[in-house]
Amino acid sequence: MKLQKATRCALFAILELAADPGRQMSAHEIADKYGISTNHLAKVLRSLGRAGLLEAVRGAGGGYRFSGSVKRTTLLDVIQLFETIDPLARGEREDGDDTKAGAALCQVLTEIEDIARATFASISLETMLKVVEKKG
Amino acid sequence: MPEILLRGGEAAYTLRTATQGDIAQVAAIDVSITGIEKPGYWEDIHDRYVRQPAEDTGLAHLNRLFLCACQGETVIGFIVGEIRAWEFGSPPCGWVFAIGVRRDLRTRHVAQTLFQAACDSFRAAGISIIRTMLARDNTLAMSFFRSQGMMAGPFIQLEMELQPS
Repeated sequence: MKLQKATRCALFAILELAADPGRQMSAHEIADKYGISTNHLAKVLRSLGRAGLLEAVRGAGGGYRFSGSVKRTTLLDVIQLFETIDPLARGEREDGDDTKAGAALCQVLTEIEDIARATFASISLETMLKVVEKKG
Repeated sequence: MPEILLRGGEAAYTLRTATQGDIAQVAAIDVSITGIEKPGYWEDIHDRYVRQPAEDTGLAHLNRLFLCACQGETVIGFIVGEIRAWEFGSPPCGWVFAIGVRRDLRTRHVAQTLFQAACDSFRAAGISIIRTMLARDNTLAMSFFRSQGMMAGPFIQLEMELQPS
């Protein structure tokens, strides 16, 4: 499974900032650490701010700090701000889906979607930070 | 297992093996979570996971456990598990197939304490892997097990509807 670039940027930024909610970091600092475009990340950070997960800190030395809940925010909450991981469950249809083979393919793909959705929905930022910590 | 006192003050609770007298309270907690009455089920679980192992040492290798967290005589949580081995080549592992905590006491780490007690029991029996299986839409339980460090394992659950013969 591959997440879109904006989603990955968002998850990196959220995990970086949620690891220490009192700390603020600039888009440049985060982009530099993860090797991603500062311009692209800046747009993503604004989206996360509008969602209430980040708070922009103005002025010299400004940046962003985490303002969500590490216990209650899940990976799915973040991902869904940028992409749909379960298009079939949301009713999206493609050519051939009305055929028997298309319906069978939809059934298998829906199974995969369901697992992906359940996985992301069950991992809070707090749990994900533990997984990150284990990576040394 | 011997009774263990956990945390002091008003929040104090003990952990011990379930008794016949706990069954009604365990069933009530289960119904409050699942919404499903299971007549006879918890009596059968107590019979197979407490009474039989206590009387038959030949069952010791299964390490069956049915633990309750209690405040006095009040059951506030429970966990059930055992060692399973060689299902489709799976080496012996600890299995947890039921856990429940009273809704009004969910912020006191009761489930975590029960789960860690099960882990300790399996570890003492030489087991290094613990597994469970739960519904995909059971986000609460799945989030709990993940918060304890559990991840997807190498086995996958499959099922099919049996057509009438």
